Amino acid sequence: MGIEVIVEGLTKSFGKQTVWQDVTLTLPPGEVSVMLGPSGTGKTVFLKSVIGLLKPERGRVLVNGVDMVNGPERDIYQTRKLFGLMFQDGALFGSMNLFDNIAFPLREHTRKKESEIRRIVMERMDMVGLVGSEGKLPGEISGGMRKRAGLARALVLDPQIILCDEPDSGLDPVRTSYISQLLIDLNAQIDATMLIVTHNLDIAATVPDNMGMLFRRELVAFGPRELLLTSDVPVVRQFLSGRREGPIGMAEEKDEATLALEQLTDGATVPLAPPAVAPQLEPSPGMPPRQAVQRRKARVLAMWDQLPAAARTAVQAGLAPVQGEPA
Amino acid sequence: MSAPVRVREPGPRRAIPGTGALRQTGQLMTLAATTVRDTFRRPFQMRELIEQFWFVASVTILPAALVSIPFGAVIALQVGSLTQQLGAQSFTGGASVLAVIQQASPLIVALLIAGAGGSAICADLGSRKIREELDAMEVMGVSPVQRLIVPRVLATMLVALLLNGLVSVVGTAGGYFFNVIVQHGTPGAYLSSFSSLAQLPDLYISEIKAVVFGFIAGIVAAYRGLHPKGGPKGVGDAVNQSVVITFLLLFVVNVVLTAIYLQLVPQKGA
Ligand SMILES: Nc1ncnc2c1ncn2[C@@H]1O[C@H](COP(=O)(O)OP(=O)(O)OP(=O)(O)O)[C@@H](O)[C@H]1O
Ligand SMILES: [Mg+2]
Repeated sequence: MGIEVIVEGLTKSFGKQTVWQDVTLTLPPGEVSVMLGPSGTGKTVFLKSVIGLLKPERGRVLVNGVDMVNGPERDIYQTRKLFGLMFQDGALFGSMNLFDNIAFPLREHTRKKESEIRRIVMERMDMVGLVGSEGKLPGEISGGMRKRAGLARALVLDPQIILCDEPDSGLDPVRTSYISQLLIDLNAQIDATMLIVTHNLDIAATVPDNMGMLFRRELVAFGPRELLLTSDVPVVRQFLSGRREGPIGMAEEKDEATLALEQLTDGATVPLAPPAVAPQLEPSPGMPPRQAVQRRKARVLAMWDQLPAAARTAVQAGLAPVQGEPA
Repeated sequence: MSAPVRVREPGPRRAIPGTGALRQTGQLMTLAATTVRDTFRRPFQMRELIEQFWFVASVTILPAALVSIPFGAVIALQVGSLTQQLGAQSFTGGASVLAVIQQASPLIVALLIAGAGGSAICADLGSRKIREELDAMEVMGVSPVQRLIVPRVLATMLVALLLNGLVSVVGTAGGYFFNVIVQHGTPGAYLSSFSSLAQLPDLYISEIKAVVFGFIAGIVAAYRGLHPKGGPKGVGDAVNQSVVITFLLLFVVNVVLTAIYLQLVPQKGA
């Protein structure tokens, strides 16, 4: 079963620039969460902080009781073996071919026989559609292939926490859908806690159980997907609808003047109807049901009172056909 | 949504001049300590060590041999003419051999290892760093220090040790050739002054110096490689700095080691 990740009051700066501050959230065990946010808001920095590569100045990240920020180095190294991180650019070892890249964690951390390693690696390569390229060097394949190889490498040790940095960027729409389905199927199979960073609206709408959004150095929101998908917070709305009108500008953020002007000129900013919440992806036929679904249902019902009406409606609509279970 | 929050820095953090250098020195020392500690951690990366040893050796052996012949010659000529002025020709052999073995050889070796091996190590680690390969390794629970840096530092030390032997021999042979053939010294006097001036500890200190210099060259190259500033340009700068820093450190450490040696070990005939 997946492991809970607790983030408390995390603040990270580079010199004078504060990337984000006071981020507090809990990734529920075995559930899939998505972190949204405009480019440059520190999503990658957040992932790297969760796994202990970057050290935020304040706050802590608890995994299995180990603080990934200030804990003892030895414990952090041990705990990292529970993680699989897919880097934004793949981060494959340039001097090894794809097979050796994907086999690397197995060779480092297990005493499996070479034939066993071969079987597992080929299975993972098949999963991400890379069979036939195992002898190629990372420099000899396309960006999207590097990404998928990075995912395969992150999955090879059956991690209990999977962090994906933009699994969709550099992939075509069809492959993106496959990756979405792959992530859900994985979750059904190994019940891993997953955090996916993405800009992709399809993934955001159909994959996660929970969503969060980083903007203007803050975690604007984090909660069940219905909460954000029906949210009327302007940034969240703007981001999820991909429109120009709203607080997000081309630069990190629009300044107040532009925003005021915008409101004057198209004062008739048509209030969007609350968007319909698309149903969440189901595991492919033949996969076991996702164990997280039941846990999440209990969790969401427990926080029923705090949910706004729109979110409640969406939750109810979603609960009815949950994998043949009566709501 | 709440009004945009502008965060004030928690108090002005003005850097005190000089702390940057101190911090760098501290980090360098920490890396050195971690490397020494991780040397004894299993599993030992034998393959990587052999590959790196072979690489560093292959880029340094030929230049070292080529440099050491004229170097031995220069020292033989200089010492030869000096001893002539002092009327102590009979000591030419011993004196020039001591100069070659104790000073010239370890320094030649270290400069070549830093210039040819260290710069390649620094560039390799630096480009791995900016491609996030080292981060990926750490994320997979594998320490880049244990996995990559320990074998590289051991390789530079080993090559330094062996190369120092080579340079000493070639340098001494070059000195002999120039003294005996060019300056018409007598072979017998050249060789007998050996045993009256030189002793075995002179060879030991030479090898100790070479190993220490090899360690410094390896650690500095690794340190600069692990911390390139920015992108590929940063890697170029890091390589450059690693060579310069190593050279500076070498000469300082050489003074210290020489002073300690001359204090501790009684010199023959003194
Ligand atoms: N090593 C670093 N040193 C200094 N600043 C950094 C460093 N890494 C990231 N930053 C800064 O932190 C901010 C957030 O970067 P980050 O890569 O996390 O963005 P992101 O949300 O992942 O963007 P994208 O969606 O484009 O990948 C940026 O302003 C960046 O300049
Ligand atoms: Mg990013």
